[in-house]
Amino acid sequence: MKSLEELRALREKMKSQTDNRSVAGADETVIKVGMATCGIAAGARPVLDALLDEADKRQLHNVSISQTGCIGMCRLEPIVEVFKDGQKFTYVHMTADKARKVMNDHVVNGNPCAEYLIGEN
Amino acid sequence: MRELALNILDITENSISAGATLIEIGVSADFEKDVLRICIVDNGCGMDEEMLARVTDPFTTTRTTRKVGMGLPLFKFSAESAGGEFSIRSEKGKGTEVCASYQISHVDRMPLGDFGGVALQLVTMNPQADFRITAESGDRRGALDTREVREILGEGVPLSSPEVRMFLKEYIQENLVDIFGGRL
Repeated sequence: MKSLEELRALREKMKSQTDNRSVAGADETVIKVGMATCGIAAGARPVLDALLDEADKRQLHNVSISQTGCIGMCRLEPIVEVFKDGQKFTYVHMTADKARKVMNDHVVNGNPCAEYLIGEN
Repeated sequence: MRELALNILDITENSISAGATLIEIGVSADFEKDVLRICIVDNGCGMDEEMLARVTDPFTTTRTTRKVGMGLPLFKFSAESAGGEFSIRSEKGKGTEVCASYQISHVDRMPLGDFGGVALQLVTMNPQADFRITAESGDRRGALDTREVREILGEGVPLSSPEVRMFLKEYIQENLVDIFGGRL
């Protein structure tokens, strides 16, 4: 079984590598997932997990993923907001699969997934 | 809400909104007595008696976007519909304690669900608060204290960094499997 001692080794390892995560700068993409009762009940957790997983897999250093409270449109949850290129994109009725597609097409390649945006639903 | 873990996440979000700096989450199962107990204790802003009396009413909420607040009512319902009890205590300026118990074998008891995932999400996505998460079943017990983890990692390595998250994910899962063995 893993022990917390392994964390020490991990810290040493991480110290030696320079982290460019903290110097993301202006091209940073911010992603927020609604995580109030409405979001959680509608399945926001698997969506958040999928986003984090994609960011890890692709080693995306300029993406910050966080959770937020009730966005105010509970019937459209799970909601994911993407702040990119000075614009806000609101994706609604998200699922883990849709979240992965948004990560691929929009966050990485810059093409918003119009079919999931709030205007289309 | 189909998992108790999601209820725990939801109630803990209240603690975070209350400005808590230390949140203790305990899940303990006693299979011989057939009782599961979940407690969430925080040192947030707490609430006065008047608010406390109304807080399990779905039409009470602190949010400003609408008039409905389902978190505590759903948690209460999950316990009371599974042969258990629900209690909430709070003191203004000191903190809040929410506890629920369940009859493990009750047909309407929700599964615990992905508690490991919820624990991971809480500790990695809330840098402003410390967590002490404990799981207990018989003589098996485990605890994750973010104060301890932060001390080991030192300054400059956040809990949200992918390497740490990966470690914590496996650490939490292994311990939970060892303690509850998928029986909840």
